Amino acid sequence: MKKAVHYINQFFAGIGGEEMADYKPEIREGLVGPSLALNSMIDAEVTHTIICGDNFMGTHTDEAVEEILKFLEGIDFDIFIAGPAFNAGRYGVACGTICKAVKEKFNVEAITSMNEENPGVDMFKKDIYIFKGGKSAAKLRDDVKKMADFANKILNGKKTGSADEEGFFERGIRSQVWIDDKKTAARRGVEMLIKKLNNEEFVTELPIPKQDRVDIAHPIKDLSKANIALVTTGGIVPVENPDRIQSASATRWGKYDISNLERLESGVYKTIHAGFDPAAADADPNVILPLDVMKEYLREGKIGKLHKYFYSTVGTGTTQKEASRMGKEIVEELKKDKVDGVILVST
Amino acid sequence: MCNLVPVALTVGANRIVPTISIPYPLGDPLTPKEQQYKLRYHRVGVALDALTTEIEDQTVFKVKF
Repeated sequence: MKKAVHYINQFFAGIGGEEMADYKPEIREGLVGPSLALNSMIDAEVTHTIICGDNFMGTHTDEAVEEILKFLEGIDFDIFIAGPAFNAGRYGVACGTICKAVKEKFNVEAITSMNEENPGVDMFKKDIYIFKGGKSAAKLRDDVKKMADFANKILNGKKTGSADEEGFFERGIRSQVWIDDKKTAARRGVEMLIKKLNNEEFVTELPIPKQDRVDIAHPIKDLSKANIALVTTGGIVPVENPDRIQSASATRWGKYDISNLERLESGVYKTIHAGFDPAAADADPNVILPLDVMKEYLREGKIGKLHKYFYSTVGTGTTQKEASRMGKEIVEELKKDKVDGVILVST
Repeated sequence: MCNLVPVALTVGANRIVPTISIPYPLGDPLTPKEQQYKLRYHRVGVALDALTTEIEDQTVFKVKF
């Protein structure tokens, strides 16, 4: 019987939520949480489950990876599965990180799954198989099944198809295939061009991925004369959350007047971000929105002006489309108010 | 300023300054207030200086503590 190892986070292991996100890597013999589902669907025995806190993997990545690779050294395994991570950004990045490391060290296929909005997709799709997953844990069984079905093909030495056929994110790997109609590339290319000129639909044989890059902004010449603004995706808002910004998948942002404040006070401001334990930020909002030190830099003359508003929204589960729109809206205001530079604090 | 620097690089941020964690980017609540303030002051200072720095490519700026 082939053997598999499954990686999951502290939440799916039933250890705890945000308060246990610093959980150090642990390996357990047998099944924990979703590995029960995986074990029932995969043509292998899931012999071990590896558990690691999302914050631990995010903040102490090298240490976490080293520890987990050490766990695996003593184990015989034919395939490695991580997640599924759905839209959980830290979990997706953790799954991608560990799958890539395991594949590189042990030359064993590593598979994970996450939603297309997960930052882990763009970071790791070239290195490992990332299956297209749902937005939330409601899709757990479906997502595990997709990974298990593909794993079974690999374990049984079956031929696997293209990204679209199998359901994983394109890896940028090109394979040569025979096209049945025996048309030469020149003919196929011209046929595509004719379709394009006639405004008809055609399917490209080589999609060129769009690189979404921002031009590097010119540096500020004289900071002591510059107007600097603070922006955050850490969800810092006045305690009543007057703009009713959502705690996840935000579509709204707010601006808050800090011209008469020296710092943000606990009980007056808080975080509404649902992606991490809010205790530290609620006790001292300056740890996310550093108003106190910015005011000191202003007094010292390091910056010429601190823009009277800070801008805030929540970054967890927020789609790229909404984030992009909100960013553009905020930039319009900053430009109108002649802001020269922005410090954006993310969580 | 963020903790998951690889994510910032992937999405195309050009000037990046690391923070110490996700729930408390600029001040560890398990340390004294003065120490938190010093860390916040230093890292925000690096970020302000980054705004004045000419760069050729995406750059992660170094912090001392």
